[in-house]
Amino acid sequence: MSTEAAVKLTRKDFVSDQDVRWCPGCGDYAILAQVQKIFPELGIPKEKAVFISGIGCSSRFPYYMNTYGFHTIHGRAPAIATGLKVSRPDLHIWLVTGDGDGLSIGGNHLIHALRRNVELKIMLFNNRIYGLTKGQYSPTSELGKVAKSTPMGSADHPLNPIALAMGAEATFIARSIDTEAKHQQETLRRAAAHKGGAFIEILQNCNVYNDGAWEYLKAKDSKADTQLLLEHGQPMVFGKNKDRGIRLNGLTPEVVTIGNGVSTSDLLVHDEHDQTLAYLLGRMTPPNFPTPVGILFSTERPTIESLMNQQIQDAIEKSGPGNIETLLRRGDVWSVE
Amino acid sequence: MATNPAGGPLQKSTQERESVVIRFAGDSGDGMQLTGTRFTSESVLAGNDVGTLPDFPAEIRAPTGTLYGVSAFQINFSNKNVYTPGDDLDALVCMNPAALKTNIADLKQNGILIVDPAEFTSANLRKAEYENNPLEDSSLDKYQVYQVEVTKMTTLALKDTGLPNRSVMRSRNFFALGVVSWLFNRPIEPTLEWIQQRFGKTPVVAEANTLAIKGGYHLGENTDMFASSYEIKPAEIDPGTYRNITGNSATALGFVIASQKAGLPLFLGSYPITPASDVLHELAEYKNYNVYTFQAEDEIAGVGAALGAAFGGALAITTTSGPGMNLKGETMGLAATVELPMVITNIQRAGPSTGMPTKPEQTDLLQAIYGRHGESPLPVIAASTPADCFHAAFEAARIAMKYMTPVILLTDGFLANASEPWLLPSVDDLPSIPVEFRTDPQGFFPYLRDEETLARPWVKPGTPGLEHRIGGIEKDYLTGNISYAPANHEQMVRVRHQKVAKITQEIPPTQVKGPEQGKLLVLGWGSTYGAIAAAVEAAQAQGHTVAQAHLRYLNPLPADLGEILGRYEKVLVPEMNMGQLLKLIRAEYLVDAVGLNKIQGRPFKVSEVATRIARMLED
Ligand SMILES: Cc1ncc(C[n+]2csc(CCOP(=O)(O)OP(=O)(O)O)c2C)c(N)n1
Ligand code: SF4
Ligand SMILES: [Mg+2]
Repeated sequence: MSTEAAVKLTRKDFVSDQDVRWCPGCGDYAILAQVQKIFPELGIPKEKAVFISGIGCSSRFPYYMNTYGFHTIHGRAPAIATGLKVSRPDLHIWLVTGDGDGLSIGGNHLIHALRRNVELKIMLFNNRIYGLTKGQYSPTSELGKVAKSTPMGSADHPLNPIALAMGAEATFIARSIDTEAKHQQETLRRAAAHKGGAFIEILQNCNVYNDGAWEYLKAKDSKADTQLLLEHGQPMVFGKNKDRGIRLNGLTPEVVTIGNGVSTSDLLVHDEHDQTLAYLLGRMTPPNFPTPVGILFSTERPTIESLMNQQIQDAIEKSGPGNIETLLRRGDVWSVE
Repeated sequence: MATNPAGGPLQKSTQERESVVIRFAGDSGDGMQLTGTRFTSESVLAGNDVGTLPDFPAEIRAPTGTLYGVSAFQINFSNKNVYTPGDDLDALVCMNPAALKTNIADLKQNGILIVDPAEFTSANLRKAEYENNPLEDSSLDKYQVYQVEVTKMTTLALKDTGLPNRSVMRSRNFFALGVVSWLFNRPIEPTLEWIQQRFGKTPVVAEANTLAIKGGYHLGENTDMFASSYEIKPAEIDPGTYRNITGNSATALGFVIASQKAGLPLFLGSYPITPASDVLHELAEYKNYNVYTFQAEDEIAGVGAALGAAFGGALAITTTSGPGMNLKGETMGLAATVELPMVITNIQRAGPSTGMPTKPEQTDLLQAIYGRHGESPLPVIAASTPADCFHAAFEAARIAMKYMTPVILLTDGFLANASEPWLLPSVDDLPSIPVEFRTDPQGFFPYLRDEETLARPWVKPGTPGLEHRIGGIEKDYLTGNISYAPANHEQMVRVRHQKVAKITQEIPPTQVKGPEQGKLLVLGWGSTYGAIAAAVEAAQAQGHTVAQAHLRYLNPLPADLGEILGRYEKVLVPEMNMGQLLKLIRAEYLVDAVGLNKIQGRPFKVSEVATRIARMLED
């Protein structure tokens, strides 16, 4: 990115001329604002940025960014973006998806994009509901969710996006919250800087069909108790009075209160690069645990696009650039006079 | 032409034949595909025209000796023009009883049958569901049966190699090839050379196969097993450089060369499926031609990745067969509305569902033309012979980029695996594929159209000043911004139709082989070409006013087709389906055409088309 860093852009450069059509009060606005805020700092010329999305309220996102954009079809954005990134590694591709788009219809493409480590910055707006289709429960809705299609409550166990990303061996996994502007910006900056694919679950409020889904995490008076803010190298402390923490008991994390013989030195220390720890963090869910937010995991691994383009370079080096005549004459060739 | 590796002159008499159809049949582990390909190479080098048809089971390694484990390879070689792999067999080589059971019905009366008696054990007979040994009863009396001790003689020939019995058995096919090569006066030198190239790294295997093929050849020459051999003189073939090629190879080459002509990288997104996988395999070898092959997680991702690459400015293609085609449907709709170039290749197979995956059919034509949601017309192009797959693929790519549209290319499992000699085109004679990416922001609109083609501009992300968004939602006619305006939608639907309809200006006048008017026109598309051509030529030779027209462009149809159809009293449409082109023709031109339909997972025999032509001429 060094050569590109010279470009001086402002937030406005990334605002498109299209009217934003989300419901007033929708959490998507806040996410759009943070992305537009950080983008000028990333040093990416806007013609080199591409936003790709599937279908859903969240997936309208590309229309509002004054970059290249592709609003595709339901669930398939990771596949489309993979083809683009592999053949155009020079582009900076951001992907916007929802809990339905990315985890239901597109779950298959998401896991494969993650395991391949395509350098896509994937933002999954998790509102635990199908917004665009007007309020059916989604794969992240809690068991028993009463929604339009589930008047007696849903009967399916929800999916844990972070655990899924861990299972798919994503190289960068983070969680943030629509209303936490600073945290979100920092998380997105880190995702942008990561060399490889990034998966960011953003907890987002759909104030029309699932209002308050994340309220227990956001409420001013209680959020210190329900969020576990992860910082690399720091002990896992939380609570209004910073008096609680996470300790490992055998192989199982537990919530402890600091004092009475328990000190911060007994607590787990966050290490972004520790895969086992990331698995544990991914499994820490309410009500027994605070919800980890921040960068749960990051590691480096070659991207599929670097490997595939390297193969092409190697083949050219080995056999020379393709020659049509040679190609036609491969195999048994004979002449008739 | 005939050579004698032992150096001595041929002492036996030679009979001349115009053409011969031979089939090698054996267990899937017996190497029949390899034997067939080698015999094909020997035949083209002997100067014959050839047509080949492999026929292998869907099971990779079916239990040995079973009926469903039989694998076969058929070759038609001639001193005349060859259009098909041939109907009934002049010669049949059977490596085991199961091969005999499944293939004998195709052998002509008095045809040559070569069997290995050692394989007719009671166990093998049971597996082939024979109650009596057919070599011992009178059931084979109407054929010339040659019991060639392939197993015993191979073992003898290889006794000094020190190879274990299992390895020796693997050379049996070369022994059989040697016998048949002698019988039809094929030179075995090319195969000897090929053995060195292929097995040179394991000299003992190379030696074993060399000994086996020579052993077979000498058996024919030096024993009184065969009274005479047959000679098939070289055919009159247009001068030039040739190569034997299968449809799938030709398809792969067509795409690579189109991408080279366009100066773009080629991107294939694909998911393995029979009979399409070989295109993926072959393209994976051409990386130094700037070819990306992406094996996706499914067909949806295959076509999706291709669409992403098209957005980025690559020549994007995806390859599949019927079931995969269904999965790609939604993305094809998106590609149609965002108007990006791409070629979707459907190598058709017998369906529905898994159907008969290794067998061909032409049952996806209507799906190709109509099988999407909404009004989403796409050009459809079909290949008619194995080598023609090259030109069809090239043309599909050219049209896609010129008109900024996805194009569907139809071939089938027969074309995919069948082969024929291909007169190599001169690269300079192929049409150029000029591609111009828009870079000028002045007056730019994402949906501003070219007047001649109605194509919208192709803009590569990364181009400064042209940042824009595209997507599946209906777009404004000019700006491409979201628009739900009713009249705008109709205008967009109509312009997408007009754009595809404009492709008629690319279609050369339809070639009619035969009289310009008369009793009967036989109209076809796709792989039925050869059988129709041979049947029509035969009818013409008998003095009938029968003509053939074969379609490469199925959507849009050629502008002159309606007029041509009107010049004949009757129109016959042979298809390997229930009458799909027939339906189109009847609907489009109000012609009372009739169909000849075969849905057996097998190509038409020439005789089947000929019989129907004769009947139509009588009525
Ligand atoms: C193939 C297909 N099936 C169904 C739909 C309908 N559909 C559109 S968006 C959506 C769910 C979106 O939910 P989510 O991804 O959570 O996005 P949100 O609207 O909540 O942001 C569905 C079912 C569609 N557009 N395409
Ligand atoms: S339905 Fe919900 S998610 Fe969709 S725009 Fe409205 S508030 Fe946002
Ligand atoms: Mg949602």
